[in-house]
Amino acid sequence: MKLLLKIWRQKDGSSKGKLVDYPIDGIEGDMSFLEMLDVLNQELIEKGDEPVVFDHDCREGICGSCSLMINGEPHGPDRLITTCQLHMRRFNDGDTIVIEPFRATAFPIIRDLMVDRTAFDRIQQAGGYISVNTSGNTVDANAIPIEKAKADESFEAASCIGCGACVAACKNASAMLFTSAKVSQFALLPQGKVEATDRVQNMVRQMDLEGFGNCTNTGACEVECPKGISLENIARMNREYLMATAKG
Amino acid sequence: MSGLAKTSVARKVVMALSGLFLVLFLILHVTINLTSVISPDTFNTMSHFMGYNPVVQFLMQPILIAGVIVHFVMGIVLEIQNRKARAVRYVKFAGGASAPWVSRNMIITGLVVLAFLGLHFYDFWLHEMNYKFVQANPEDPTRYYAETVEKFAPIWRTVIYVISFVLLSLHLWHGFASSFQSMGINNKYSSGIRSFTRLYAIVVPLIFIFIALYHHLNPITH
Ligand code: SF4
Ligand code: FES
Repeated sequence: MKLLLKIWRQKDGSSKGKLVDYPIDGIEGDMSFLEMLDVLNQELIEKGDEPVVFDHDCREGICGSCSLMINGEPHGPDRLITTCQLHMRRFNDGDTIVIEPFRATAFPIIRDLMVDRTAFDRIQQAGGYISVNTSGNTVDANAIPIEKAKADESFEAASCIGCGACVAACKNASAMLFTSAKVSQFALLPQGKVEATDRVQNMVRQMDLEGFGNCTNTGACEVECPKGISLENIARMNREYLMATAKG
Repeated sequence: MSGLAKTSVARKVVMALSGLFLVLFLILHVTINLTSVISPDTFNTMSHFMGYNPVVQFLMQPILIAGVIVHFVMGIVLEIQNRKARAVRYVKFAGGASAPWVSRNMIITGLVVLAFLGLHFYDFWLHEMNYKFVQANPEDPTRYYAETVEKFAPIWRTVIYVISFVLLSLHLWHGFASSFQSMGINNKYSSGIRSFTRLYAIVVPLIFIFIALYHHLNPITH
């Protein structure tokens, strides 16, 4: 398969970037999108050029490292997968593919396609945990009875891998889907109720401080999320927030 | 206003509540307007009541104006913040692949409706203020019907009116259902709510359009 890649190259956060054309040949349909980039990078290295910098780690859709805006969609045209799970058979011989970094003021570019998503870590640190004494007499979590439906919903929320596709897809670069998933996974469980008020307020405050945009309910995040995190989580976070505000 | 809505969640709730308030107001407005087609006398009576009742004039009207101002000022604030949140735009962005046009362009439909409100204020509200307070004319409970019908005589105003209500319909199509999500309501009733809001978004603007066209096509002949 022969392709024309248009890849965003940018030296660092402070320099100006631009799309650069890279014609590439010999791409197999069985290759993943990241393997295709590996092939390109190998060619660039052999030519003495700088390889394209992009994030990746597990390459099996669980770590959330791989990002990439592919032809205007985070993780490319397919649903419920990450870029490392996208295969080249999804493209046709002769296609032009535009590859850009996830763009948000809160996700500054480090280099080329790699962006700094530590804003998500800081939102987590602001309240995405429960305080449990782990000094030896921790109660087994399974000893606490939990309604099955609630446990399932909590599990679904917890399956968010923090990839940032929701932010990338949102026209407002809002991080509400991510934050609401992290709020929800605890809000649904008895262990999470104890710190619920502070959690939602602190996490929302941090989310705003990071400079993410405001949610206008377009629903783009839910469609592009590789883990199918639902908008119901955002509604739940709004509810939790309203309740927390009422409690003061 | 920033004190009123310090966080992104609070801002969306303010947007939702002010929007819902305006949605409710539209029902009242369309009902009164509809009487102008059915019974000019009823229309005159209702308009006169709205124009001279002190509760309406000095309590409800200021609340309504405040509601409009909160909704559009907050909308513009959100738009500015949202643009800042993506200071560098994508070269290629397939927004349509994941969200419908109406949901992504509330600022456009909203600004058109706002511009129309400017004309509407000029046509009716300023006119009333001038009539009542500047010229201090005596009360005339029979003038409203003729004044209203006359407004729709020029084709340009009727066309602007129709276009504005088409855009209002698009605005409501996303906004009305969206306000429930913003207030945290997303449950088994949500698909029913969505159907109802979409029906509303079509029917109410359509009645306004019908009334405008009706008066344009049926001028008062002396
Ligand atoms: S909500 Fe979905 S898109 Fe957003 S960070 Fe989590 S997994 Fe990624
Ligand atoms: S590399 Fe881990 S999810 Fe893609």
